[in-house]
Amino acid sequence: MSEIMIRMTNIHKSFGQLCVLNGVDLEVEKGQIIAIIGPSGSGKSTLLRCINQLEKIDKGVIEIEGVVVTAVDTPGVHAAPKEQVRATLNKTGMVFQSFNLFPHMTTMENIIEAPLTVKKMKKEDALSIGRAKLERVGLAEKADAYPSKLSGGQKQRVAIARALAMNPDIMLFDEPTSALDPELVGEVLDVIKQLAAEHMTMMVVTHEMGFAREVADRVIFMDNQNIVADCPPKQFFDHPEHPRIIAFLDKMLSNKAQ
Amino acid sequence: MEPTFAAISVSLGGSLIEMNIFEYIVFITPQMSEGLGTTLMIYALTILPALLLGFALGIVKANGPAPVKGLLGVYTWAWRGTPLLLQLMIMKFGLRYIGVIIPDILGAVIVFTLNMGAYITEIMRGAIQSVDKGQYEACHALGIPRGRMMLRVIIPQSIRIAIPPACSEAINLVKDVAIIAVIGMQDILRVANQITQRDHTIIPYIYGFIVYLLLSSLLVKLFGRLEKRFTSYD
Repeated sequence: MSEIMIRMTNIHKSFGQLCVLNGVDLEVEKGQIIAIIGPSGSGKSTLLRCINQLEKIDKGVIEIEGVVVTAVDTPGVHAAPKEQVRATLNKTGMVFQSFNLFPHMTTMENIIEAPLTVKKMKKEDALSIGRAKLERVGLAEKADAYPSKLSGGQKQRVAIARALAMNPDIMLFDEPTSALDPELVGEVLDVIKQLAAEHMTMMVVTHEMGFAREVADRVIFMDNQNIVADCPPKQFFDHPEHPRIIAFLDKMLSNKAQ
Repeated sequence: MEPTFAAISVSLGGSLIEMNIFEYIVFITPQMSEGLGTTLMIYALTILPALLLGFALGIVKANGPAPVKGLLGVYTWAWRGTPLLLQLMIMKFGLRYIGVIIPDILGAVIVFTLNMGAYITEIMRGAIQSVDKGQYEACHALGIPRGRMMLRVIIPQSIRIAIPPACSEAINLVKDVAIIAVIGMQDILRVANQITQRDHTIIPYIYGFIVYLLLSSLLVKLFGRLEKRFTSYD
């Protein structure tokens, strides 16, 4: 059996009265690429954000690489010591819909900030990692540019390079192309596909059905605060069983056709 | 006596001396300069401490523990909610009755620093709170600890946001300083007023008017440059 990178057990999360996750269970194996799709408000982003504690869950257990990073309201299960939790969380990288680059720093400064301050790396080491990561996302010549001078697609590629500079084992993508002009979506997806080819463990919340079908090992469909389907993309797209999935896919396809 | 721009009569040691407008301007310039000196000194001594105080307290007010926030809330509430003139009067005329005597210039500098500091505190607090939530989330996702995040990511962006309104406060300060004329300090406004009363001519007022205009224009230009330099991201 291959290594479990993320294990989420009975995750509950509400925002005030609004229940967003209602007892979600999920396991992600090493090297798997998981596309999370579903209608808006179905809890996709929240599920992702619970993993690295951007959201605090109300109940449940989250393990990353075997370390319990979060355990709430679960008798007998306790989170690991703070230091270990922090170190484990640092093995996850996240890419946001709105990029969230630091606007007052150049591309390179954005990338080396965490290696310098979190990993206490020497400046020249951080710079060489920075150059390698920029090269990888095809933006080597933009090292000294400020984010304001970059296109949306370039910003997102820098954001990916910034996350990769921390050498994560797991990458979490929260609608990485949703804020992009249609013609810029491809360049970002290409970078993610390249990571997929290198067997990075990834969870990608996305509305790009083509990408999910082509790249994902598993498609997870969320609706009504829970996972409705979890299967290989071929089965998901070609033989959807659940009526809600069929309705969703119909809607997505008719949107595309317009 | 005929008021005229061509000739001004000035009584000097009992005798009347007639002079034309240019001679008169030269004549009153030493006194006006003394007043200007007082204005500039108070401005110069106030501006930097007030800005630093405000930026520092703004950071604390946005991040500090609740009791400290509360204390700072009382400070900005009291200083922004009362007339500057009353604050100056308490300093100059009031404190002596509880046994505290502070030299005029120092007292004025303290009042102006605390007053402007209160405004800058709120400007800076607002600036910090207006930094996009995504910046905090990016830091969290990268594992950047809170202190470093504030120092390297949030505060630099907040200062950029705070600089335009802070500059506008800094320009206002030069006009606010004129209020010390009312409590009897010899700044340029009070000097201009005294000369006008003495010589029965409008010229000292116009003199003061132009000096203030030049001064504030200079500051607008200066802070404009500062703004440009610190608020652009390239």
